[in-house]
Amino acid sequence: MIAAEMTTDADEADAINIVAFCCHYCAYAAADMAGSLRLQYPPSVKVVKLPCTGKLDLQLILDAFEHGADGVMVAGCMEGDCHYQQGNLNAKRRVNFSQELLRSIGLEAERVRMFNMSSAMGNRWAAAVSEMDQTVRKLGPSPLRRRKSAE
Amino acid sequence: MIVAEQKPLDEIKNLLGDSQRVLVAGCGTCVTVCFAGGAKEAGILGSLLRMAAQLDGHPKAVTEVTVQRQCEWEYLDAIRDQVESADVVVSLGCGVGAQALAEHFPEKVVVPGLNTKFMGLPAEHGEWVERCAACGNCLLGLTGGICPIARCSKQLLNGPCGGSSHGKCEITCGDSQPDCAWQLIYDKLKAQGRLHLIMEITPPKDWRTSRDGGPRKIVRKDLKLPGTEIKE
Amino acid sequence: MSDTNGSPSNLEMVLKSGQFAVTAELGPPKNADAKAVRHKAGLLRGYVDAVNITDNQTAVVRMSSIAAGVLAWQEGLEPVIQMTCRDRNRLAMQSDLLGAYALGMQNILCLSGDHQTFGNHPQAKNVHDIDSLQLVQMVVGLRDRGRFQCGEEIKGTNPCFFVGAAENPFADPFDWRPYRLAKKAKAGADFIQTQMIFNVPRFREFMQRVVELGVHQQTRILAGVGPLKSAAAARYMRDHVPGMDMPDAIIERMEAAGQGIEDKNLRAAACKEEGIKICVETIEQMRDIEGVAGLHLMAMEWEEAVPIIASRAGLLPRPNFSQESAPCPAPN
Repeated sequence: MIAAEMTTDADEADAINIVAFCCHYCAYAAADMAGSLRLQYPPSVKVVKLPCTGKLDLQLILDAFEHGADGVMVAGCMEGDCHYQQGNLNAKRRVNFSQELLRSIGLEAERVRMFNMSSAMGNRWAAAVSEMDQTVRKLGPSPLRRRKSAE
Repeated sequence: MIVAEQKPLDEIKNLLGDSQRVLVAGCGTCVTVCFAGGAKEAGILGSLLRMAAQLDGHPKAVTEVTVQRQCEWEYLDAIRDQVESADVVVSLGCGVGAQALAEHFPEKVVVPGLNTKFMGLPAEHGEWVERCAACGNCLLGLTGGICPIARCSKQLLNGPCGGSSHGKCEITCGDSQPDCAWQLIYDKLKAQGRLHLIMEITPPKDWRTSRDGGPRKIVRKDLKLPGTEIKE
Repeated sequence: MSDTNGSPSNLEMVLKSGQFAVTAELGPPKNADAKAVRHKAGLLRGYVDAVNITDNQTAVVRMSSIAAGVLAWQEGLEPVIQMTCRDRNRLAMQSDLLGAYALGMQNILCLSGDHQTFGNHPQAKNVHDIDSLQLVQMVVGLRDRGRFQCGEEIKGTNPCFFVGAAENPFADPFDWRPYRLAKKAKAGADFIQTQMIFNVPRFREFMQRVVELGVHQQTRILAGVGPLKSAAAARYMRDHVPGMDMPDAIIERMEAAGQGIEDKNLRAAACKEEGIKICVETIEQMRDIEGVAGLHLMAMEWEEAVPIIASRAGLLPRPNFSQESAPCPAPN
């Protein structure tokens, strides 16, 4: 599913692909709220809903990059308010570790980042996506994607 | 259990050299529960190796397979096809598993992806500690269940030495000082009213049963299958 | 044939005569220079009964204790060679002991040894085939049973060492230390040298328990003392030497000694003077503690302090037991 999402925009020169893993209870709801409020934010993000960010596996993050993602966002509840108690804290540990793994292969750690928000924070969602989009654009498309299109 | 740690990615990459077809072989037993070489870790290493190879400009075909226990011939038989289609196998088994792979597939290049560290236990989630040195002649009955061979930095049998301080060994291992095994032994035996066990001098150890006596082997006559019995 | 003809060592004779014995320390050089050993020996000769020659102390490679011991003996100083369990297995130990005795060495101190990670070769494999207690037993066995550790009889001259061990009264577990000392006495240790004492009341407590166990009658205990060079040295000992009990009061005295003195050299001299003073005071207190048979005076890299301390503490002149055989003359 993620691979299919990646290939559609691969050829557009200035398209940036960010995969956002969002928890059902807060982040996804916040994204929904942003929609209801007609907030404007970059279209580069593709949302993948998880029941909780605690479900996040390191493999999911690596798969996203392997299939051409330029950036990965992980969005969960505010720390202390996770619907499943500590899921978002576990996700934080894994996101931090994934940054080390990215560095070990020569990818910039800033391409993966965790954000926390509550379900009513539509503005926070829009701001997070804008921040991530800006960061990734500065870094440029993922070198893995560049290699693929160079062939 | 056997506790191991994954080698740094750069070291593994160097061991692969120019090989095109790489098989990452995980193991479902000890290295799974110490999160070093199980199916999950094999998958992650596979992704990293593929991405790294692509970024280096020399793409490799990397696949993963995990067996229940890498140190048993029967489990290795089951992955014969995958092994034979690879140029190099990165074993994520412990040193035993890696050698079993190398022995069972003698024409294949097998490289270790892990550093096997010790026999120990998870003191808490994410932290493993050494407990057994496989000396071959267990003396735990004399030391309240605490091993001075594995846990005393000087393997003293009549400890502690003069460097024991506040329950800690004088050395620093990594970023902390290990517990003084003899403080632990003393406290335990004192609490159990069995200090008499260490009042007498324990004589020098016979190291022949440990690795000092040469590579070890056990043969169980009661288990040898018909036709494989040792000729008397 | 050993050069000593089987007569007891000077240290043994002093202790057996019931006199207050004094030993000191000599650290061999980190090179193959015999002159360095001869020079240090010259500084100590006549002021002490015997001198410990350390064995790769703090796991730093130095000239071997036995070799340096022979050189010191040629200068007229009786050595106590040291042997740790860290660097040698039971074969090398017994082999070295045979050679040491053949070269005229008579006293030996058996130690566990500082861990090699402290020294200049932290990557080395350590040995620890046997521990210090088993080493004491082994050396005593060479002497009293005339047998190697494996049980085989020694045919011909067997080494008859005066055997010592170390004990740290301040290490943990504090309650266990007197019992461990008792084990060493039971193993046959003829003498014991302790870690440096700065906390006298705590040492008194330790000696009380030792006396209760009767250990002071089975072996002879030499109390470790030593002069501090500076407040920094005192703080270093407090923070980095395992099992060292350095009371704040001592550090304060050392700090006060250097206060208000501008000139660096004069300040250093004032601190050294205070260090010597504290050492002499400690020695005087040691004389009054039941079970203390003498002193082990450690003035590492400051051997010049030994004559000063010995003199001020009233330890001179040292008893003179004329020996049957003279030491080997020094080669030209």
